[in-house]
Amino acid sequence: MELREYDLNMGPQHPSTHGVLRLKLAVDNEVVLGVEPVLGYLHRGMEKLWESLTYTQVVPLTDRLDYIAALSNNLGYCLAVEKLAGIEVPKRARYVRVVLAELQRLASHLAWLGFMANDIGAMSVLLYAFEAREDVLDLFEEYCGARLTIHGIRIGGAVRDLDTPLVSRIRAVLERIPKRLEDVRALLDENRIWKERTVGVGRIAAAAAIDYGLTGPGLRACGLAWDMRKDIPYSSYDDFAFDVPLGTNGDVYDRYLVRLEEICQSIRIVGQALDGLPGGEFTAKVPRVLKIAPGEVFHTIEAPKGVLGFTVRSNGTDKPERVKMKSPSFINLQALDHMCRGNLFSDVVGILGSLDIVLGEIDK
Amino acid sequence: MPEDQADRPELRELLAALAGRFAGAVLASVVDEGELSVRLSKDALASALRFLKEEAGFNALEDIAAFDNLGSAAEGGQRFTVVYRLGKFPGALRARVAVDVGEGESLASAVPLYRSADWAEREAFDMFGVRFEGHPDLRRIYMPDEFEGHPLRKDFPLAGRTGGA
Repeated sequence: MELREYDLNMGPQHPSTHGVLRLKLAVDNEVVLGVEPVLGYLHRGMEKLWESLTYTQVVPLTDRLDYIAALSNNLGYCLAVEKLAGIEVPKRARYVRVVLAELQRLASHLAWLGFMANDIGAMSVLLYAFEAREDVLDLFEEYCGARLTIHGIRIGGAVRDLDTPLVSRIRAVLERIPKRLEDVRALLDENRIWKERTVGVGRIAAAAAIDYGLTGPGLRACGLAWDMRKDIPYSSYDDFAFDVPLGTNGDVYDRYLVRLEEICQSIRIVGQALDGLPGGEFTAKVPRVLKIAPGEVFHTIEAPKGVLGFTVRSNGTDKPERVKMKSPSFINLQALDHMCRGNLFSDVVGILGSLDIVLGEIDK
Repeated sequence: MPEDQADRPELRELLAALAGRFAGAVLASVVDEGELSVRLSKDALASALRFLKEEAGFNALEDIAAFDNLGSAAEGGQRFTVVYRLGKFPGALRARVAVDVGEGESLASAVPLYRSADWAEREAFDMFGVRFEGHPDLRRIYMPDEFEGHPLRKDFPLAGRTGGA
């Protein structure tokens, strides 16, 4: 067979790029020599826009960053502003936020599971995963009225309190999810096709993962127990007992296992937060016009996709001087080239899927 | 703040080591809330980052944020400030390294030390026009290649390209 090296274009309109991402692939027959992601197709100039809005007006726009996990963006931004303004969040509000953030992690990982399996060709898993995710989205709908661009966390606390009927509905949903996960795992864990498409595919060593700044399940699949909820706890996460699931091989299969185990840990955390839900207010009293003295903070949270950071610089007015977002998908996507080199062209879709990127937060 | 960490003595030791090694280049420093913050003169940037990575063990470059100081009373009096966020894991120590850079000037690229600096520096270049010397491929990352101007500069209008907004 004649050896041929050529460039191949994938996207920006391609069902497996989950948004508008373009990949320039260099291939030698079916072997990938390099991948160059081309960004900017969804660039809305969010950071520029935020400089013209008040601190409060920015919050709903953060829903549109990682739109699969809107509440995590709300939380990341609000925590940074609260740190800058010195706003003390009541304990009940911190617990409500943990419940929301962990339910969001569940919904995000379930969406990932469905998309990822669909990308590899296991279409029925998409239906099982989305059935479970719908259950969680129904909870969000009851909580704040929205299912996708959920606006549940505000500066100072949450949008509303968790009332008793909602708490029992959350518990009922959490009870149903483990059975559904078992069904999915029975389909995939030892499935020969699934394993051939994932085991040993898209590997990255721990040292390279650190060098690329990889965070989240992708990093933990390499065996590194870095999790902001443990390392630099925020929002009372140090009150809860949970494990940080780890992989060993840093391949697509381990990223799958880590995320599934994280779903179980999230269920554990939500259960503890509901059991120990303290009394008090669900939000702090925050001035309607929030003016913040000049300063700069950097605050990070463990979002479903990885470490989400916000740098906020204030200038004494009610509008931020600058908000810089450290988006986990943006940083994780940089490692795609490294992960794909030497793999088959047909595995690019699976490796990209295993990174769990969202273009809304890559392009900002 | 409930989430703050207690003061970390190792950060004070690190600051003393940094100030000793780069005497004159450390323009300001604060140790606060589990984080070391230093302002460096830009000529010392590359060697200070190398020291922090190779000797102090800051293995992760978490973020690079550029700021346009136009119209604000910035400390260094230069047009731009570039802030490097370094992390040391496990251990969860953080360092903030700030350097001021004037318009048309460039900084040493951090890509030889941290691969994660690649896209972060391209973003700072795209949005602010800050150049990084030694970057392997300094191109725009979000805006089209033929785009003129740098959108996050304070004198770039919010709507349109020349005025309004």
